[in-house]
Amino acid sequence: MHIVVCVKQVPDTKIIKINPKTNTLDRRSAPAILNPYDAHAVQEAVKIKEKTGGTISVLSMGPPQATAVIKKSIEIGADLGYLISDRAFAGADTLATSYALSKALERISKDLPVDMVICGKHAIDGDTGQVGPGIARRMDIPPITNVIEVSEVNQQEKTVLIKRKLTSGYELIQSELPCLLTVEKEINDIEYSPMPNMIKAARYEPIIWAVSDLENVERTQLGLKGSPTIVGKMFTPPRPEGGIRLEGSADEQVSKLMEVLMEKKDLLTIQSSK
Amino acid sequence: MNLDDYRGVWIFIEQNDGKIEGVSLELLGAGRKLADKLQVPLSGFLLGSEIKSLANQVITYGADQVYMVDHPVLKNYRTESYMKGVMLLAEKYKPEIILYGATPNGKDLASAVATDLNTGLTADTTMLDVDVDNRLLEASRPAFGGNIMATILCKKHRPQMATVRPKVMKALEPDTARLGKIIEEKISLKEEDMRTKVLRIVNDVTKKANLADAHVIVCGGKGMGDLQNFQLIHELADTIGASVGGTRDVVEAGWLPHEQQVGQTGETVTPKIYFAIGLSGAIQHVVGMKNSEFIIAINKDPNAPIFDVATYGIVGDAMEIIPKLIEQFKQLRTEKGGEISYA
Ligand SMILES: Cc1cc2nc3c(=O)[nH]c(=O)nc-3n(C[C@H](O)[C@H](O)[C@H](O)COP(=O)(O)OP(=O)(O)OC[C@H]3O[C@@H](n4cnc5c(N)ncnc54)[C@H](O)[C@@H]3O)c2cc1C
Ligand SMILES: Cc1cc2nc3c(=O)[nH]c(=O)nc-3n(C[C@H](O)[C@H](O)[C@H](O)COP(=O)(O)OP(=O)(O)OC[C@H]3O[C@@H](n4cnc5c(N)ncnc54)[C@H](O)[C@@H]3O)c2cc1C
Repeated sequence: MHIVVCVKQVPDTKIIKINPKTNTLDRRSAPAILNPYDAHAVQEAVKIKEKTGGTISVLSMGPPQATAVIKKSIEIGADLGYLISDRAFAGADTLATSYALSKALERISKDLPVDMVICGKHAIDGDTGQVGPGIARRMDIPPITNVIEVSEVNQQEKTVLIKRKLTSGYELIQSELPCLLTVEKEINDIEYSPMPNMIKAARYEPIIWAVSDLENVERTQLGLKGSPTIVGKMFTPPRPEGGIRLEGSADEQVSKLMEVLMEKKDLLTIQSSK
Repeated sequence: MNLDDYRGVWIFIEQNDGKIEGVSLELLGAGRKLADKLQVPLSGFLLGSEIKSLANQVITYGADQVYMVDHPVLKNYRTESYMKGVMLLAEKYKPEIILYGATPNGKDLASAVATDLNTGLTADTTMLDVDVDNRLLEASRPAFGGNIMATILCKKHRPQMATVRPKVMKALEPDTARLGKIIEEKISLKEEDMRTKVLRIVNDVTKKANLADAHVIVCGGKGMGDLQNFQLIHELADTIGASVGGTRDVVEAGWLPHEQQVGQTGETVTPKIYFAIGLSGAIQHVVGMKNSEFIIAINKDPNAPIFDVATYGIVGDAMEIIPKLIEQFKQLRTEKGGEISYA
């Protein structure tokens, strides 16, 4: 079983602050982390490998610093790490991102055929959730999004049983291997990394590829050039008028609010219990 | 690609078990405006098995035409079979705009179709417009990090596609007198060719659904200070029979489970009354609740952005205001001798 997990380096949006006056991001405040969903994706690969054996590779596209998220993935339990890094990838939208990642996957599978690809449900910065299904289409394997459980992996039959989250409830899906999953956070809990993993991660040197290391790449499909979408403009949403401020002491404000609520009979009604 | 070959606004009509999803009807409302501006027909397209009876509903909600692909293999949603249907329609009729609900299936389908059509897809849109001069779809979404929106454009590829968050657009009032055309398209699909099978669908109406359907929500933010103070939110909700919601910061602090998060990465809610207490009103929160009928904000900072969307605002300390509110509601209940409920 060879599982490839796609991992992205993202700014920690929990810590990032915006300057309320200029409406810009204060990037200094945001350290780069492994996309939290991707940590769960690596963890799930580790859980699967415990049952099936095999190899876990992680793949990332990003600047040279993104090796940090590969090391983090090795800590969680990945065996191999690949980073594709090249100026030609810069400015990619989801279409160009899935193209570049699928080309790297093509090269990885030459050495060791890929049985499963796992992605996060979405990256917390771009937040589209579109890259996973895009990769699956390019590799021509079934995408299964919003996965909350990998119930069974049958290596003989080359099938998997998957629980996929829906708006209300879930569905149980059987899929052929290879396939691509995108995972929700609830799929597992991140476990503490065992000491040997930490030591391995500290010393690990990821394999780094530029565009020229990949085969059959159409350069026009990469980066900004290969991206049909562009960010047109950024704006602060029109400020709504806002409503009425209730004035006075705390008691006065509360009783005014109660009056308003009582007037709105269609909103709030007191039913006699008898 | 000749952009002028592409005309018309299309809406993916998502149905599950023969029932059309609310977001698809909302998109017909939003799509109607775009189509009128561009002076082109608005079409709904519908895939499934034995779905013919749904076509009329699509027309009453604003469509001029309905494209239908009806096949037993399309009974349950699967990326592979559904995308074949969409590709068939899109390549034959060449719409200039296609909108999908940003539901699990809608996002899955749109992402796959965009890849095969080699076109752009804007994710989780909350504002839609068109520039009539160059026929560009302006799909805007909250941008990472703060109170900023980004308008995403797709200038050189067609169709222009976007997924749109449920409950942010408004459906039209259904008009049974509306007339429209129904166009059926044949597709050849074989079950044996499918690499995935849906073995079972389990509907569980958990807390999550509760929040989405709640008539009254009391939502607390990080300003409640700690888990113990956050109990005031639960107490107020209990008193008036409301559901409890929280901001992302509250969920991350572990005060509430993720199912109760309201906002961009949580639930979108439209209750009759929404109490927003001790929360600042960041855009990612506001997109999930701004269509509530009646919003009451309580915040000690008079400049908190939440006051811009609130119907009524109280500037004050939540720890002082909430107990007073609870007391008033309890008193009311004893006076009237009944339960508080909502129309
Ligand atoms: C404000 C803003 C809005 C944007 N809106 C859009 C839009 O509407 N449509 C659009 O097409 N693009 C959009 N983009 C561009 C998009 O963010 C980038 O294409 C980004 O590289 C990938 O998208 P994502 O972060 O949304 O990833 P997602 O699709 O959310 O990521 C899902 C999973 O794919 C994998 N993955 C994603 N990126 C990488 C990577 N670099 N390396 C390894 N694995 C990865 C991970 O497993 C991840 O969990 C936007 C960018 C910005 C800044
Ligand atoms: C990609 C992305 C997705 C996100 N998705 C979501 C989402 O789905 N939902 C969501 O909610 N957020 C989301 N966020 C986070 C969002 O940007 C805000 O950080 C978050 O909503 C802030 O939570 P808060 O209002 O509880 O806390 P804060 O912003 O810290 O606000 C606390 C408020 O409480 C007030 N306060 C303090 N003490 C008191 C008191 N005693 N009485 C009254 N008021 C008091 C303060 O004045 C302040 O306004 C997302 C962010 C990103 C980047």
